[in-house]
Amino acid sequence: MSPKSVVLWTMQAAVFWLVLFVPQLVVFLVVGNPPTWELALLVATGVVGLVHTAVEPSWRYRVHRWETTPDAVYTLSGWLNQEWRVAPVSRIQTIDTKRGPFQQILGLSTVTVTTASAAGPVEIEGLDHEVARQLVVELTNTTQATPGDAT
Amino acid sequence: MSTPAGVPAGLPAAPELTEPLERWHRLHVRMLVVRPLNEGIAMLVPILVLLFTGNGERWRLIASGVTVAAILAFSYFHWRTTKYRITDDQVELHTGLLTRKQLAVPRDRIRTVDLTSKPGHRIFGLSAVRIGTGQQDTPGTDGLTLDAVTQQEAERLRVLLLQKGVAPRPAATTSDAPDAEPVPLPESETISRLDLKWLKYAPLSLSGLVAIGALFGVLSNYADDVGLHPVQDLFEWLFERPNAGVIGTFVVGLVVAGLVLSVPLYVLQFWNYRLTREPDGTLRVQRGLLTTRSVSVEEQRLRGVDIQEPLLVRAGKGAKAVAVTTGLGSKGESNLLLPPAPLAVAHQVSRDVLKVDDDPTTRTLRKHPFAALRRSLFRHVVPWVVIAVGLAVWAPSWAWPIPVAVLPFAALVGWDHYRSLGNALDDRYLVTRNNSLVRSTVALQRTGIIGWRIRRSFFQRRSGLMTIGATTAAGAGVYHVTDVGESDGLALADAAVPDLLRPFLVDDSTVD
Repeated sequence: MSPKSVVLWTMQAAVFWLVLFVPQLVVFLVVGNPPTWELALLVATGVVGLVHTAVEPSWRYRVHRWETTPDAVYTLSGWLNQEWRVAPVSRIQTIDTKRGPFQQILGLSTVTVTTASAAGPVEIEGLDHEVARQLVVELTNTTQATPGDAT
Repeated sequence: MSTPAGVPAGLPAAPELTEPLERWHRLHVRMLVVRPLNEGIAMLVPILVLLFTGNGERWRLIASGVTVAAILAFSYFHWRTTKYRITDDQVELHTGLLTRKQLAVPRDRIRTVDLTSKPGHRIFGLSAVRIGTGQQDTPGTDGLTLDAVTQQEAERLRVLLLQKGVAPRPAATTSDAPDAEPVPLPESETISRLDLKWLKYAPLSLSGLVAIGALFGVLSNYADDVGLHPVQDLFEWLFERPNAGVIGTFVVGLVVAGLVLSVPLYVLQFWNYRLTREPDGTLRVQRGLLTTRSVSVEEQRLRGVDIQEPLLVRAGKGAKAVAVTTGLGSKGESNLLLPPAPLAVAHQVSRDVLKVDDDPTTRTLRKHPFAALRRSLFRHVVPWVVIAVGLAVWAPSWAWPIPVAVLPFAALVGWDHYRSLGNALDDRYLVTRNNSLVRSTVALQRTGIIGWRIRRSFFQRRSGLMTIGATTAAGAGVYHVTDVGESDGLALADAAVPDLLRPFLVDDSTVD
């Protein structure tokens, strides 16, 4: 997991909270004589947003783990709520790589490993492009070497 | 097998070999009548409303005529533009006038075949065939429907498409009515059939109330179309004059109507219910009074059984059984194995379907830690407290006692939810039980587990609990063991699928 993930998550959190905060601020400034609850909501959004943006990314980074063995892919993700996901290599159906706009700026990729289960994709976030590429090659090779239709 | 009259049971897959192995077929020409009939019934109310609400103005006549003509034209073009064929490898369907759609399903991916005949179909001896593949990752591409072919052809397709291990023979598609002499097949074995005593579970399943709700929704929709707003008027009237007597009568009347209605509904849905094991290795559920359904599931794809006990049905010692299988459930296919029936029957069905001596769902379940009770109570009670507080602040003063009155029941449900929780493991099945209002006991084949999702929320971590999700290609996709103790849960997951979790547990001293 690249340390740049922290930057990525910070950017994502900041954008999310700005989308909530800025319109409120505009309304607050434009509308004359705003009610008290509007001010309260504005301040609350600002404070929660700041704390979340400051705390969540590094917390998340401390939690996140991933590992692949010849038999399985494993991730641990989340921060307040944490989730382990394990998928055996023999059950892998597709391996996708995905890069959002922020990820492209930072040179990061997300590798998604899906199984036949509607509920079981394993997402490995925040990998360097090169690491992601190698991982995909490696997983593709081991998956192809495994017989069966993976259901 | 209850095939239509004159059709021998277990039709042969193929007559003798003939040359053009990929001939295209049309849906049956009688669909020109059946489709307008089926759709016409759905459009009947709006057309009647349109015709008779005004004072017989001209445009109403014209609009009705245009609607009918549109239905007829649509049916014709649908029939004209739809064709299907069954090749060695796949089933292909081309359809659509403006948007041409070409669907193909590989034959070795076919998991289920669902034959449905609505009343319109039945009058003309037709049946719709739905082919399911169980591909869940790309919605909308899961299987295809042939609506409709003759019941003979449907029956032939069912046998043909689910025949595994038999090389698909090219001649299978060359005639509409296969005329080769019937090859005697072994009899299908009946696992369960409808017993009229089961009708007592109909009122307990609350299906009547659900039906009234649905009917009410449809009717008020139509009412809105013609400018009436009965619901709104009723609510406004009630808000102005809150009257306990009227509300009480209304509720009692609704409940009684629901109870009365549920019995014919049960009959309508489950008449002639039969669960059989067919000689070609499929499980087949047939049922229905007016609309008949036959759902066939490849037995090899069955990953387990879910015994569901809605609260009232459970109070009457009843249950229904649902198949945990791939290829069903994503597009309105029915995965029902047994309608509401005595619990003993559900266990017998589960035993026979899974081919085991002892129904795994009857195993003694390990209880979950006491902390799970605290969580369960919290989760069931707190929302109602929040609602009560909210109403007390913002609503008229008569509103907040309602959620407060619900609180004791919510607490009871929370307690019952905790009591439901449990898990067990035997040499073939992982058994897990969840929920209170619809208690569900799932036996999932251990070999059908294709991964784990182990979740610990903030509060779960503080209480030393975790929720273990076993992911699978079948049914709901993931089945949870809720709020289990951390070390017990990991030990369970490790034991259920050996070697999968083990490499990641090496640092954990709590697991042996």
